[in-house]
Amino acid sequence: MSEEQIKNLEEQFEARIARDEKIEPKDWMPEKYRQTHIRQMSQHAHSEIVGMLPEGNWITRAPSLRRKVALLAKVQDEAGHGLYLYSATETLGISRDEMYEQLHTGKAKYSSIFNYPTVTWADMGAIGWLVDGAAIINQVPLCNTSYGPYARAMIRVCKEESFHQRQGYEIMIKLANGTPEQKEMAQDALNRWWWPSLMMLGPTDAESIHTEQSMKWKLKRKSNDDLRQQFIDQTVPQADLIGLTIPDPDLKWNEERGSYDFGEIDWDEFWQVVKGHGPMNKERMKARVGAWEEGEWVRDAAMAHAEKKQNRKEKEAV
Amino acid sequence: MSTKNWPLWEIFIRSKNGLEHRHSGSLHAADAEMALENARDVYTRRNEGVSIWVVESKNITASNPENNGEMFEPAQDKVYRHPTFYDLPDEVKHM
Ligand SMILES: [Fe+2]
Ligand SMILES: [Fe+2]
Repeated sequence: MSEEQIKNLEEQFEARIARDEKIEPKDWMPEKYRQTHIRQMSQHAHSEIVGMLPEGNWITRAPSLRRKVALLAKVQDEAGHGLYLYSATETLGISRDEMYEQLHTGKAKYSSIFNYPTVTWADMGAIGWLVDGAAIINQVPLCNTSYGPYARAMIRVCKEESFHQRQGYEIMIKLANGTPEQKEMAQDALNRWWWPSLMMLGPTDAESIHTEQSMKWKLKRKSNDDLRQQFIDQTVPQADLIGLTIPDPDLKWNEERGSYDFGEIDWDEFWQVVKGHGPMNKERMKARVGAWEEGEWVRDAAMAHAEKKQNRKEKEAV
Repeated sequence: MSTKNWPLWEIFIRSKNGLEHRHSGSLHAADAEMALENARDVYTRRNEGVSIWVVESKNITASNPENNGEMFEPAQDKVYRHPTFYDLPDEVKHM
């Protein structure tokens, strides 16, 4: 194809998206669109998968059967989210194995929030409430994104997320209304998860790259700072309601803006964790790679069994 | 390293009797039986289905959007295939 032709195709392509048409796997697309989507969608999938680890940590120690079935179902949903997203990404021409390889070698990133440890039961509450809460804010706009398979996967994901947040908040309510020790545990979890949750909504607009392109392709509809403000404004009253205190001395309602003003975010910490120096980066990768390697014989055995069955069927047919 | 990867399967789910099976997504499984079991866990955790079809992805032949012109345009000018093409007096009822 000549440069002229490609430019022509690109213009038509952008016009289709601007008209709110969806792009489907076999449609022509600019290479940059394909690569950007592979990167974002696979990282999203990786985050769902690695995100199971901090919560999986507490399944066997859940304080009641009610809590246990709920947490188990939530973690299972996250596995499902990872699987929807991996298969949606595969429609762009990358194999599942390549994506795993990128995750396991550290070439692909996943959400930094999962590099923090879950040290008490209250962390299950804080994660559902805050981490899933921030994830929902990030994900809802993606239900309308331009790439069909991604949008469809996100609709499914968003439907399932709201129970995650509610079960987390319910844990916090219970603890906040419990013994002084339980309330303290809830407060401590909020203290530790608040700032990392704000960071989950991404670097400030001034530092965030390729936003304009992402807006055009509907990978993004609002800026990181707008999403963060939305998260803070919706979460602060929820903390107030259960008598917990947001760990930010600068947090203050701003009548004029109709929003909360908030304190400075420690972006050095954020970048440190992104670069692999968070408290749990090594641990998470070790668990993930370990699960993959230790599962190899199972995958091979299943394949061998399937082939044997197939051969037997063919023989019987003769 | 594994010698062979699990193939990819396309999953179709009927949400309730009376409705058609609809494409839900895809997944990897060693064989059709495992694809059905995995599809149950991945795509019907909240009673989304009463029936599942699995088809190995490589067995699907898809039309190419680049040929959409010759494929679908011929239907565009066949307005006489639609009821509104026909002129009837207003007095005619139930037609
Ligand atoms: Fe999720
Ligand atoms: Fe979730």
